[in-house]
Amino acid sequence: MTRPFGPNGTLGLAHEEPVVFARSVPGRRGWSLPDPEVAAADDLDPATLRAVPPRLPELGELDVVRHYTRLSQWNYSVDAGFYPLGSCTMKYNPRVNEDIASLPGFTGLHPQQPVASLQGALRLMAELEDALAEITGLCAVTLQPSAGAHGEYTGVAIIRAALTARGNPRSKILVPESAHGTNPATAAICGYQIVALPAGPDGLLHPETVAAAMDTLGDEVAGLMVTHPNTLGLYERNLPAICEIVHRGGGLVYGDGANLNALMGVARPGDVGIDVMHINLHKTFSTPHGGGGPGAGPVAVRAALAQFLPRPVIRRGRELSLDWDRPQSIGKVRSFFGNFGVLVRAWTYIREVGGTGLAEASRLAVLNANYLRVRLGRAFQVAYDRPCMHEVVLTDKLQRDHGVQTMDIAKRLIDLGYHPPTVYFPLVVPHAIMVEPTESESLAELDGFVAAMEQIAREAVEDPGLLLGAPHVSFRRRLDEVAAAKSPVLTYPFGE
Amino acid sequence: MPERCSKYIPATCGEVRHMLEVVGYPGIDALLADLVPAEQRLGRPLALPGPMSEPEVMALGAALAGANRPAAAGACFLGAGAYRHHIPAAIHHLAGRGEFLTAYTPYQPEISQGTLQGIFEFQTMVTELFGMDVANASVYDGATALAEALFMAHRVGRGKRSRAVLAGAIHPEHLEVCCTYGLARIVALDSLAPGADGRVSLTDLDAKLGPDVCCVAVQSPNFLGLIEDLPAIAARVHAAGALLVVSVSDPHACALFQPPGELGADIVIAEGQPLGLPLSMGGPYLGLFATRNDLVRQMPGRLVGRTTDADGRTGFVLTLATREQHIRREKATSNICTNQGLNALQAAMYMSIVGPAGLREVAERSHAHALHLKRAVAALPGFGVPHAGPFFHEFVVTTPVPASEIVQGLLPVGVFAGLPLSRYFPERTHELLVCATEANSRAELDELVRLLGGFSPRAGGAA
Repeated sequence: MTRPFGPNGTLGLAHEEPVVFARSVPGRRGWSLPDPEVAAADDLDPATLRAVPPRLPELGELDVVRHYTRLSQWNYSVDAGFYPLGSCTMKYNPRVNEDIASLPGFTGLHPQQPVASLQGALRLMAELEDALAEITGLCAVTLQPSAGAHGEYTGVAIIRAALTARGNPRSKILVPESAHGTNPATAAICGYQIVALPAGPDGLLHPETVAAAMDTLGDEVAGLMVTHPNTLGLYERNLPAICEIVHRGGGLVYGDGANLNALMGVARPGDVGIDVMHINLHKTFSTPHGGGGPGAGPVAVRAALAQFLPRPVIRRGRELSLDWDRPQSIGKVRSFFGNFGVLVRAWTYIREVGGTGLAEASRLAVLNANYLRVRLGRAFQVAYDRPCMHEVVLTDKLQRDHGVQTMDIAKRLIDLGYHPPTVYFPLVVPHAIMVEPTESESLAELDGFVAAMEQIAREAVEDPGLLLGAPHVSFRRRLDEVAAAKSPVLTYPFGE
Repeated sequence: MPERCSKYIPATCGEVRHMLEVVGYPGIDALLADLVPAEQRLGRPLALPGPMSEPEVMALGAALAGANRPAAAGACFLGAGAYRHHIPAAIHHLAGRGEFLTAYTPYQPEISQGTLQGIFEFQTMVTELFGMDVANASVYDGATALAEALFMAHRVGRGKRSRAVLAGAIHPEHLEVCCTYGLARIVALDSLAPGADGRVSLTDLDAKLGPDVCCVAVQSPNFLGLIEDLPAIAARVHAAGALLVVSVSDPHACALFQPPGELGADIVIAEGQPLGLPLSMGGPYLGLFATRNDLVRQMPGRLVGRTTDADGRTGFVLTLATREQHIRREKATSNICTNQGLNALQAAMYMSIVGPAGLREVAERSHAHALHLKRAVAALPGFGVPHAGPFFHEFVVTTPVPASEIVQGLLPVGVFAGLPLSRYFPERTHELLVCATEANSRAELDELVRLLGGFSPRAGGAA
């Protein structure tokens, strides 16, 4: 399908736009400073100074505004449409979060200011910690980790520190096969070997599986990393028994909180035996994904592990302060106090919707997912066809006979105005299509998505070629990823 | 039937009823009862405050913001890892566009070309600034960038080289993060304190080098503001067969001084916050990470590459993903997934607006302001500036009274005088780390000198 482009490659509102360097006009400028008030410096050895300037573009403000405005229009976004990405919780990002996070009383804070001048910020952080503790059923929280994987790192480091304090950090971590790739990667960088555990035929982790691993490996096992609910959208109902087995063997249980949006006010990870977990504020607590960050991955622990949290910790009182004297702490996991701007957004969301609003979000997220499960189950195979939590995993089994695969279904959705679901994950379901609607989407939006999926299922039978070439009408069609990796072009080739 | 509590949930009672009918349950509680065993249900409301209207939450947020005294609104001489520079107005508006803000990681390139091209441009700008071949799409911040660099150097050393030397005045928080990351003892850390002149002592460095060293990391401008002798350090490090990792305190320095890539660095990392990101109490910031072409497959983090689409048009994709956790799982180069995408884009916007001449001018002004201040403070009775080496925009001041007293004393007049070094080195009670940038006016500089003079010992009194 070719399209009639204008002479500059533009079609209607879809503006072509070169790389920013190609817009550069020598001598143009887009910034201004006051006239110099201080004499130019005379102390530096000219031989140590840069002779050739970096090839940054020379642009006016309008050039820059237009460039990035056009780029922005090539992005799909939650603001533009439904994003059914399983395990990513692409809920709406309220704008009041942005306004509060943009207040100069927050953005203007230097992290090295005396704490007496940071009381509002510390109060906000303490309130957020307390709210996350209540939601997770755990006791103490660090807000320092910058993202989910960073929280995982922090949590496993805490497990390692706690076991080391008991005398032996141990050497292995149990990870279910359905885990997100960050779980084994995290355990590995914390110095642990990974032991993969299979799920039962019902998609759940079973106490016998864990008990067998513990029996075989004994005190080599530092703990278990488990996503709850799991990446199949199923509630891990055996966790109380499983956690007890791990604890009895001297291990600790790490909870991956990627799917916390199913649980708020419903059940608490701490109550079923999880010892440490991270929380993705950019999933459950409505802070924007930003095209790949910044997120925030606070970690909650039970009381016995609080001494190992990164330092500093916030000390409560009429005057809040920072306690750096934490001899058992794993140390800092990044500079300063965390992605503070993200914390402000999450705090705003929690305060605005309140405890009842959080619980309602989880209830509606679960209802929406089950609605999609039933509706989509007519045209697609549902991997585990029984009530799910906040997400449902489909497969391409019914379409594969026509030569159409998960990737083709995903790409065709783009033509129909939707971001594709998470695909080929979890790995335990071949050709998975993982759909998470969140509570943000209306019934009309869900029905629209169902109609699009049903159309694709029909097309798979009647015109499979249409799907194999999809997307057809997006800003770019399928990109050659093999060529990109074979001879990588990772920077702009100047002079090309 | 649930009552609607939040304006962010669009479902009406009627729609909820309809969905429940389709799903086959009389209510959401009945559905949840089938999913979650009764004894695992919370069974009570969350003990959190109730919902608020938008005006109420805005008032509450404003009250908390108002309970702070933002340094950026006063005379700020704080640096030490976070730097106040002017941020052009357009950046906040562009970075706040919902199409950037509310997009997911660009795993579907056909509908993510905006983020992808923006990050490709960012990668190019970072390599230009540092004089390196290739840069990634960012890591969390400067501290984690340093830790990742040590891991990378260890991988390049293939396990035969297990020791990383952290030389000279590296930001203490970055050192601490490396120690935390070294918890599993994958990399043995060996730190080398700066010499009396505040810089790496070359003879001490020689003594630390050996065939087991995978890399030497130095910071320049270092934590005390000084420029290290990178050519001399690079020669020694390379002679020992190790990699040189250079950490940059403020990337503007690379527009003024010879960039690390031209001086022998193998990996260059930096805190990217000074490039157009607000101070924001320490985050979200931006870890910059660059290296040489031949080391790219050992580099952590996401990378965007250029390619073509099915119609032959130029486009961009995430590439070399076989280094990453979602493909390699426990064999990945890092566990990093979500990074600082929007902050990287924001830094690219900043560099686009400020351009090469602007970046140089910001750096020159910052240095000139700091030099003016340093000379004036050096002339104050009782004060001293112990380091004579070349510096960028930060310097140490020795003080006649404990530095923390000066900082506390000037806080009420809205002057943030600097960082007492006792914050990180308890015995260094009478040293203040002072930073000036282009954002400090002449009046602010002179006012600080006047206020510091108030702490000078009185003429004829005990000095």
